[in-house]
Amino acid sequence: MTSILAADDSASIREMVQFTLESAGFDVQCAEDGAKALAIAQTRQFDLVISDVNMPNLDGIGLTKALRALPGYQFTPILILTTESSPEKKAEGKGAGATGWIIKPFNPDTLLKTVNKVR
Amino acid sequence: MELDMDRFRQIFLQECAENLEVLEAELLALEAGLADDDSINKVFRAAHSIKGGAGTFGLSEMSRFTHHLETLLDELRSGQRQSTPALVALMLKATDVIAQMRSDAEAGGNGSSPNAEDISQQLQAALGKGEAALPDTAVATTATTEGADWQLEFVPHADMLASGNDPVRLLRELAELGMQVKQCNFGRLYDADYDPQLCYLSWSLTGPGDIDESEILEIFDWVEGECDVNLSRQTTASPAPVLTDAEPLAVTAAVSSAQPQPVASEPPKAAAPARSAPEQSIRIDIRKIDQLINLVGELVITQSMLASLEGTDGEDTQERLARGLSLLKSNTKALQESVLGIRMLPISFAFNRFPRLVRDISQQLGKDVTLKMVGEHTELDKTVLERIGDPLVHMVRNALDHGIEMPDARRNNGKDAGGTLTLSACHEGGNVVIDIEDDGAGLDKQKLWNKAVEKDLAITRDRRIDEFSDAQIYDLIFAPGFSTAAAVSDLSGRGVGMDVVKRNISDLGGSVEITSKLGKGTRFRIRLPLTMAILDGQLVAVGEELFVIPLINIVESLKLDTDCLIKAGGGVVFYQLRQQTLPVVWLSELLGTRGEPGPIPLLCVVEAAGRKLGLVVDALLAQQQVVIKSLEQNFRRLPGISGATILGDGQVCLILDVPGLVARRMAQGGKADAVTAA
Repeated sequence: MTSILAADDSASIREMVQFTLESAGFDVQCAEDGAKALAIAQTRQFDLVISDVNMPNLDGIGLTKALRALPGYQFTPILILTTESSPEKKAEGKGAGATGWIIKPFNPDTLLKTVNKVR
Repeated sequence: MELDMDRFRQIFLQECAENLEVLEAELLALEAGLADDDSINKVFRAAHSIKGGAGTFGLSEMSRFTHHLETLLDELRSGQRQSTPALVALMLKATDVIAQMRSDAEAGGNGSSPNAEDISQQLQAALGKGEAALPDTAVATTATTEGADWQLEFVPHADMLASGNDPVRLLRELAELGMQVKQCNFGRLYDADYDPQLCYLSWSLTGPGDIDESEILEIFDWVEGECDVNLSRQTTASPAPVLTDAEPLAVTAAVSSAQPQPVASEPPKAAAPARSAPEQSIRIDIRKIDQLINLVGELVITQSMLASLEGTDGEDTQERLARGLSLLKSNTKALQESVLGIRMLPISFAFNRFPRLVRDISQQLGKDVTLKMVGEHTELDKTVLERIGDPLVHMVRNALDHGIEMPDARRNNGKDAGGTLTLSACHEGGNVVIDIEDDGAGLDKQKLWNKAVEKDLAITRDRRIDEFSDAQIYDLIFAPGFSTAAAVSDLSGRGVGMDVVKRNISDLGGSVEITSKLGKGTRFRIRLPLTMAILDGQLVAVGEELFVIPLINIVESLKLDTDCLIKAGGGVVFYQLRQQTLPVVWLSELLGTRGEPGPIPLLCVVEAAGRKLGLVVDALLAQQQVVIKSLEQNFRRLPGISGATILGDGQVCLILDVPGLVARRMAQGGKADAVTAA
């Protein structure tokens, strides 16, 4: 089963992501900020990471950089959640090593479609 | 897919409320110059979360509105703009608009606010330009030469894999559009220093000309700068693909992985959401849940231990049974405490509104007031918490309006021009104690008295001020029809008097007491029970019947010495207890109980609202925790009774309403009441 680590500081987005992906048969674990996600990522290997950009403690850009430095996550797809209004975030995310992005606001369909693309 | 977005929307609305609190608190900190480096980041994140969530959960108006606020905050955060009081005030107003939108959404609306347009324009004006709403997400399509087939060269850079982008994925997506791999180029694979972590392959593809160009280019959205893509129209028929020996393998690999994978792409459909009132929900610390699960585990073990005794009649059965029961008792108690703990929330939920309230009111009044909050983590029952909010607001308004003086008056009295209002909460015994303390003018007893006389309050008729204790004079504030303001002001004179505040607190089983020093300040101390579901009670017998007296109200119990009884006129009886004279009530008379009185009458001294009363009962029985059942919900309100409970043997037993009894006795009590001030 494809395992996904999702980091977002917003509980509603986390719940939505988790519910949507679990309903589609993915194994999903959530973290409420980048630092927690990084800690979780070190305890087991995930097949895909989805991360919000704006988060306390460690933001999505920092998380992406840190994950890419881990041996197990060199090639793991990392998707960042970003808004259309911040194209520079996309560039920043890419620069940090992100695979791609999901544009907020997104709905469960978009999420599943994007996840199915990279899994 | 259909998904019940409503359930996430509820979570979002709750989260939105929390984010609004952060927004407000941090903006206030910003205004007061107390903001730290992280404040602006927190505010930005809160606005950003609200915007993102609102957009995701279908509240587009809220999302658009918050976008302007977020843009402004982003400029502040990046240092492009400096914070000014006017800007912060505007952002606070914007926060209010979002709160209105949130309430509207919660009530089933589409999340709109009547003030949105106005504030939105002000925000845009502050941004210096009439900024358009969120950029359109539609991608522009460019029509080129129609008809001709597409030819695509796709050359990943060697390090493309390092961003997690697999060329196979891109080929798969291209195949879904109808693009076919014509050739795979292995040329670079034979480099001398081959590194397995790099990508050496490149591909040529063709596809029918009716595919939208933007659709093809969109696939490469994520890998811009990580590969070379050359898309062109073929005017002539496509050349026959040139395949090397190894190529078909690669093509097959790419194509086979291009097969859509139906597994799990059809998630189970969620049931259609029924439109209904918003659910009441509560957020619980996960540790509390873990604790509950542990306790249930213990309970199961105890149960199986007791079950194993069934049918045994060994010598030690009795002893093991007793041990099991004692274990069961402690398990049950722990479980009960944990379950009640679920309903416990920190008082910050009630306190959080005050920074803004105090700021707004003190500005309105032209006063300079600093709010201090202590013990915000003190927990109390959710119901109590919800119902104490309004009385607290009223008391805080009162303290700001009547308590704290104008800056000039304060200076003239040798005080700091700025006043301080302190809200504090702590646990004391089985109670929560909330203090609302100001360093204002204090209560003027003579003025209060004159006012009460002028208003012709019943309690002052035919009485003199020196018959009353300080506490009793302060308590005049709580008498119906009393108001200390010379003119009914906009703030305090809103029709709700302090009598209502006091009644609300009494209804919660709590009490409020005032201490004050003229010229120094006033303190309102509210005592509330931790929970309204369970109380520690003293079981007493009156004739043949049993009653529960809340343990919290009992000061002491003693044998009734008939020599100490003092009969006053009108059948009123007092008891001389050491230096105090207490009014006494025979519960058997008051409640009209059946059965003969016991041989040795006992006096149970109870206290409420600073006044003591002696209750004559026939026997004191066990002290135990009782679960309170509402009489009002199941029967009707009875004077002197606060509720009912069911005892271990199934008997229904009434719980005495001590504050009610005390108040009632005071009302009939005649003159000598004054003797018993605590």
